[in-house]
Amino acid sequence: MTAAVEIARNVRAGSRSARDVVEEHLATIAGREAELHAFNLVLAEEALAEADEVDRRVAAGEDPGPLAGVPVALKDNLCTRGVPTTCSSLILEGWRPPYDATVVTRLREAGAVVVGKTNMDEFAMGSSTENSAFGPTRNPHDPSRVPGGSSGGSAAAVAAGFASLALGSDTGGSIRQPAALCGVVGVKPTYGLVSRYGLVAFASSLDQIGPFAGSVADAALALEVIAGHDRADSTSIPRPAPSLSAVLDDGVEGLRIGVVRELVDAVDPDVGARLSAAAAALEAAGAKVDEASVPAITFGLSAYYLLATAEASSNLARYDGVRYGLRVDGDDVGAMYGATRAAGFGAEVKRRIMLGTYALSAGYYDAYYGQAQRVRTLIIRDFDAAYASYDLLLAPTAPTTAFELGAKTADPLTMYLSDVCTIPSNLAGHPAVSVPYGRGDDGLPVGVQLLAPALGEATMFRAAAALERSLAL
Amino acid sequence: MTTVTTTSWEMVVGLEVHCELATATKLFCGCRNAFGDEPNTNVCPVCLGLPGSLPVLNRHAVELAMRVGLALHCHLQPSLFHRKNYFYPDMPKDYQVSQYDEPLNVGGALDLPDGSRVGVTRAHMEEDTGKTTHVGGGGGRIHGADHSLVDYNRAGIPLVEIVSEPDIRSAEQAKAYVNELRAILVAIGASDARMEEGSLRIDANVSLRRTGTEALGTRAEIKNLNSVRSLGRALEYEVRRQTQRLEAGETVVQETRHWNEDEGRTSSMRSKEEAYDYRYFPEPDLVPLAPSEEWLAEVRAALPVLPADRRVALAAVTGAAVTDASVGIVVQLGLDDLVVAAVHAGAGGRLALNRAANELAHGVAPNPAAFAKVLQMEGEGRLTATQAKTVLAELMASGGDPEAIAAANGFEALKGDVVAAAVDAAIAASPGEWERYAGGEAKLAGFFVGKVMAATKGKADGKAVTALLADRLAARSTGENW
Repeated sequence: MTAAVEIARNVRAGSRSARDVVEEHLATIAGREAELHAFNLVLAEEALAEADEVDRRVAAGEDPGPLAGVPVALKDNLCTRGVPTTCSSLILEGWRPPYDATVVTRLREAGAVVVGKTNMDEFAMGSSTENSAFGPTRNPHDPSRVPGGSSGGSAAAVAAGFASLALGSDTGGSIRQPAALCGVVGVKPTYGLVSRYGLVAFASSLDQIGPFAGSVADAALALEVIAGHDRADSTSIPRPAPSLSAVLDDGVEGLRIGVVRELVDAVDPDVGARLSAAAAALEAAGAKVDEASVPAITFGLSAYYLLATAEASSNLARYDGVRYGLRVDGDDVGAMYGATRAAGFGAEVKRRIMLGTYALSAGYYDAYYGQAQRVRTLIIRDFDAAYASYDLLLAPTAPTTAFELGAKTADPLTMYLSDVCTIPSNLAGHPAVSVPYGRGDDGLPVGVQLLAPALGEATMFRAAAALERSLAL
Repeated sequence: MTTVTTTSWEMVVGLEVHCELATATKLFCGCRNAFGDEPNTNVCPVCLGLPGSLPVLNRHAVELAMRVGLALHCHLQPSLFHRKNYFYPDMPKDYQVSQYDEPLNVGGALDLPDGSRVGVTRAHMEEDTGKTTHVGGGGGRIHGADHSLVDYNRAGIPLVEIVSEPDIRSAEQAKAYVNELRAILVAIGASDARMEEGSLRIDANVSLRRTGTEALGTRAEIKNLNSVRSLGRALEYEVRRQTQRLEAGETVVQETRHWNEDEGRTSSMRSKEEAYDYRYFPEPDLVPLAPSEEWLAEVRAALPVLPADRRVALAAVTGAAVTDASVGIVVQLGLDDLVVAAVHAGAGGRLALNRAANELAHGVAPNPAAFAKVLQMEGEGRLTATQAKTVLAELMASGGDPEAIAAANGFEALKGDVVAAAVDAAIAASPGEWERYAGGEAKLAGFFVGKVMAATKGKADGKAVTALLADRLAARSTGENW
């Protein structure tokens, strides 16, 4: 794993060529991709051409930007102009977006090189990347295990050294949970900090794009590049990107950090032990750590599976065979819709479309969607109350370490519980970061999560960097 | 025990009018808002609903919708966009972004020229759908068609849907409502309101109830009303249809009915049992819309004088009743400034109204000074009514000076004694007819007016001739020797 910060520094200085960097990563991909299946598509030739362009600019005395020559992997729900964007679904067969997502444009403008599109749970619905129409991704730490999900391909790509950085999307934990299971840093920014333009929607009010990285500093650099106002997204916060790299060494002296009581009991003992170690490390670094309570988050999982599925049922309606993607013919337009969607969507996507359709139906709306919105309001209120006493909250990222492939596919509810610790931040629209913090009894990575109030990224990154340093001691 | 009369039904109508706003670009993207362009040329990822695209609200569309609300005396309130979910090939996202239970404009009213008032429940914003053409079989409907063509140029064009209260009681009133609404929409620059291009589209909710009762009957919703004339015909048809059912002891089914202009009848499209469940929920890709007080004040200040206020002003200047038909027509034609100027220049109010309403409806209106001059000449008896109309027609066709036009046509109003001589000559030339006229055959007045007009080459004033004939008749009956 090569640090993005270091690659960019060397490429900008002309001491290493972007081509060399990209060739090295392509070689790593060639060595293990067949085993891990992190990518739906590796863009080898395109990446080399982009690298050459970066090198040309350096040679011409230009600055290609803060991510000069850094190999980046993109979750396959981020639109890339002229390049297939599948969401790991059969229904988008043959579709090539005519435009780049805003984050892709910003990465390119910063000199980053896109090496491929990563595998994911279909339409980001899942927690193990087993719901991909193109087969599962495997965990680089133990290929018999899942990488987590839904951004499992991106997490695995960074963990395996296929890319220095990757982007994923986090609707209920889809960045942080795989980051924890793969032993990398994963950030879900404040809702509205990063433009969603060009992110194929799962649940619009919860989706947020964020980076995977090998270190907190790399994650900070990536977020600085992709964050900031975008007129193309009406929910984008009209502020410039926050300054994060500059505050990483500021320490946690005097910060008040609360360990979320309601989430401590939700996890395996070895994961809980790592959480305690993280709390102790932060305290040793000068923070004031004690137990905090956010009572309403215990209802988060239930509320999430109503709201996210309701929005998904609407967002995924457009895949009807009329304009693009898969079309399976039928006798009339209704039959065509039915045949197309039956063939194009996988079981989990169909399950969630049905759940969400039901939650929005006349006569049920208030009891399901309406009630879930009220829970969401309560969760925000309880977080606000907690942040009156604490600058940050500390929690586990996932209840367990990486589990075996197939272990939870038979029981959707067990799978859904993988996100119990991460969902509350999405419901509140707050930022959270998962930082690797040692290993569980099985020798697999464990992540801990720092949560902050809206736009609290700078404080959150300070503490994440402090945690990272404590491991190196 | 009272006997119920079976003939006395009251028609209750509410109208839903979809109006395309006259913006340069679409509601949520930068594509051109234009009619008649090559299909699927004004499209982009947003209005095609491509995966990953997001809507950005068009500020000018909001401003036009605010103008509509203000012009309809609505309360403007903080509002929210919802998604209306249903599958149809002309819907790029298979949901329509529309305002649902928190619309921008609520609780307004529209004052009609006849003095009646129709409540406006709401005027909300939404996006238009694409346009589908079903080819082969199926009679132009999707079921049975060989294939369908979709043009997404229209998808995402901003609409305001104006929903009236069920306050309309006749086909005439419904037509007057639409005409008045169109006049307002055009006056405030919100829409070109061209029904033939689909920029104004009407659905009518029609029910009957026994005269004198309050409860609303079961309604049918009539669609495909492509002109004000169709609206009137469809309402008249629907009242007959519903009356027949009710008189026969049957019930009216709550359903959507399609107006067939050629057959002159409505037919069932779908009943309430098959009604869609639209699964409305707040559109998460947009933020709530709450125009500020400052913006509202700005839009209000920029509104032009509305037709109803113009009718009041015109009535005051001309001395006519505000409900006078000519007042309504003159305002509708946009000739009220011309009439007011003519009155200020000395023309009679009634004469100015009548001439403007009847003679200036088509073509380029004359300039105010020329119009006033013609009215003045007519008022002084220097032109007959017929001559004045001719001069106005020439003014509109090619402009010029009224005096010169009159002179060129030889329009010098005849002196009174010349007309009197012509009348006497006509009577003398047709003694038989005169006897019959004197005997009570009143229609023969026309015969003598015609004779006099022929003799004077149309220069005599018809009214003066009629008056002279009456005068001669009176003299005859009193035995006066003439």
